[in-house]
Amino acid sequence: MSVRPRQTRGLTAIDGAMALIVLLLIVQIWLLSATLESYLAGHREAAIPGAIISGILFLACLGLYLFVDRLDSQIRKD
Amino acid sequence: MSWLRRPSEAPLWQDEFSVFTADERYVNRRQFTKFLTLTSFAMLAGNLWILARSIFYRAPKYAPLAVAALGEVPVGAVKLFAYPSPRDPCILVRPADDTYIAYSQKCTHLSCAVYYARAQNRLECPCHQGYFSITDGSVLQGPPQRPLPRVALETRDGKLFAVGMEGERT
Repeated sequence: MSVRPRQTRGLTAIDGAMALIVLLLIVQIWLLSATLESYLAGHREAAIPGAIISGILFLACLGLYLFVDRLDSQIRKD
Repeated sequence: MSWLRRPSEAPLWQDEFSVFTADERYVNRRQFTKFLTLTSFAMLAGNLWILARSIFYRAPKYAPLAVAALGEVPVGAVKLFAYPSPRDPCILVRPADDTYIAYSQKCTHLSCAVYYARAQNRLECPCHQGYFSITDGSVLQGPPQRPLPRVALETRDGKLFAVGMEGERT
């Protein structure tokens, strides 16, 4: 069964969103390790910016997930 | 346009386990994206945990300990003592007539005992040549990355008391 062009475009968009999420996740993992290392070294002032930036990255991931979820729902219904 | 997924008319099992190959690609990608987003949430939870620990952190209070009498240590000499527990060696230095200063004796690199080099007026670690400033314990050279924790001193009734630690790791 051949995949329709609209479905192919949908898959491309989803793959792009997934790649972006992976990128954001790598940054978030690095951020957590850097914040933890800083905290264990006694520098507690890094905790607040670390948590704020991690929250922003999570919201970006959540937005991309909702985008993927909605696209998936729309295309499969067509 | 709503950000949220429209509720599916198909039953859940059909939505999650499609019998069509083309649809299966979507299901796999959606589930993997959900997994990645949950992992992102776990990272956020870790950061929030560090934040909570930082907010509710209280520096430990140690009981004062008499280290030496004023004038007991000659200028340029040292006295070794243990603070806050008997397993924490410290070094009291008198670099000038009216100056007393004390640090943890454990090098922040690999915990070798540092000693006072009078000629250079600095604390030196013999293991890997890590040198520390006598004025603030900062690293002058060598592999250590952190300054020496400093012992807070107070003078009471002609005696020097250790009353706390500054710059300890969390």
